[in-house]
Amino acid sequence: MTDNDLLTTELAALAADAPTGLLDRVAARWVRVPGPFGDLYVASTDQGIAYVRTDKAVHSEDGAFAASFRKRFARPLLPAERPPAGLGPALRTGRTSGLRFDLRGSTDFEQAVLRSALTIPKGQVRPYSWVARQIGRPRAVRAVGSALARNPVPLLIPCHRVTRSDGTIGDYVFGSEMKESLLQAEQVNLEEVRELARAGFHYVGSDTTGIVCFPTCPHGRRITAAHRHGFRSVEAAEAAGYRPCLHCRPAPEQASADREIADPVPE
Amino acid sequence: MTEAETAGVATVDADDRVRHALVADLDGGFVVLYETYQRLVFSTALRLCGRWADAEDLTAEAFLRSYRALAGYEPARIGSLQPRAWLVTILLNVWRNSQRTAARRTQSAPLEAAPDPADPREDVERAVELGETGRELAGMLRQLPDQQRIAVVLRHVADLPITEIASVFGSPEGTVKSHISRGLQRLRELQAPAESGARMPARRISDPANSHGGA
Repeated sequence: MTDNDLLTTELAALAADAPTGLLDRVAARWVRVPGPFGDLYVASTDQGIAYVRTDKAVHSEDGAFAASFRKRFARPLLPAERPPAGLGPALRTGRTSGLRFDLRGSTDFEQAVLRSALTIPKGQVRPYSWVARQIGRPRAVRAVGSALARNPVPLLIPCHRVTRSDGTIGDYVFGSEMKESLLQAEQVNLEEVRELARAGFHYVGSDTTGIVCFPTCPHGRRITAAHRHGFRSVEAAEAAGYRPCLHCRPAPEQASADREIADPVPE
Repeated sequence: MTEAETAGVATVDADDRVRHALVADLDGGFVVLYETYQRLVFSTALRLCGRWADAEDLTAEAFLRSYRALAGYEPARIGSLQPRAWLVTILLNVWRNSQRTAARRTQSAPLEAAPDPADPREDVERAVELGETGRELAGMLRQLPDQQRIAVVLRHVADLPITEIASVFGSPEGTVKSHISRGLQRLRELQAPAESGARMPARRISDPANSHGGA
């Protein structure tokens, strides 16, 4: 063997296959799984779940789901052998905070909004303004509404648990009817919330504990009628000697006029 | 038919299969593209940047960019694509961008700072496969000027024909050949002192008696 042959043989031996699984850093995978109201299309990457659409939203067409995924994420989409880890239990229980999400397609602000929405427990709702305060942008209430409307993984990041502070449920990516059905299924006391809102109350407090809550908070719902008081604002409750609940964390708001213009309006 | 011609026909068939698959269905075709050329792209990335983890990043990024480009191409354009030269061109762009970013990031680092050690996975996984020779040679490749290194890696590691390397470089074939021969010459020079210094020719992987001998 000449030196040249030997060298080129040694060079050829430096070739290597890409490690197994590298394709999954490029391509996403999709599955169709049973959801709370019909089937769901779910796409995920090596980072986590990236995109969820209802069967109805894509007219039960695999191609329509793939096209909408590609338009938004510009990644190849391949069939998955099995659903992403934890998806089945999360859909059955409605507890989704343990799932991994791929939110790389969302802005930092949108990601902060989505992570905040993820902390709202099943069966409860919070106003848009609460999310805005949680992420340290109290005046960005309208932008919170837009960020939730762009939620790539509805149902799993429960943007349906964010509602308008006037007691109506507000918009939803799959329509407000579905939002209402989801909240009913989680046994949110929507009627009670509406009734309180009609009377101008957005918070409830107990005169035995001296604690003020959102009306959907389990601690607020436990208060018996005799000891329950409605409050227009957390400021009003505090003036009456109440302190905010540590579980649902209601916080003093800005002027109510501010809140009204800031609430997202239906399109 | 010579060996080289047989290989040429086989790769042309592979290129054709990839082009047809891409025109028929972009996402399914992308899997065919990936499977056909992952070794070409990963080997090139690995021998250019020298680090296993970086090579994974570069390969993933190059294939993602190729998908995004293909999504905007007309079928006629895909039909006339030279997939290997095209992928390698994308990879080289990704690599150059990553070098620029890395350079900006380390600008404030002291000049004497030791270079990062090679990825440990490469040590375990690849050392067994390649032996000492492979690692030494990979290190020597990194000492070549960029043009020579790229040309040598594309020709002899990735096994790309001269014509396609010329289209990657945008230079005449003669220029590419001269980069390659100067690169090989430099590698031989780098190997020579190591060889004359060591009594045992541990570098000869073709000699089984020495393949496990520690020099």
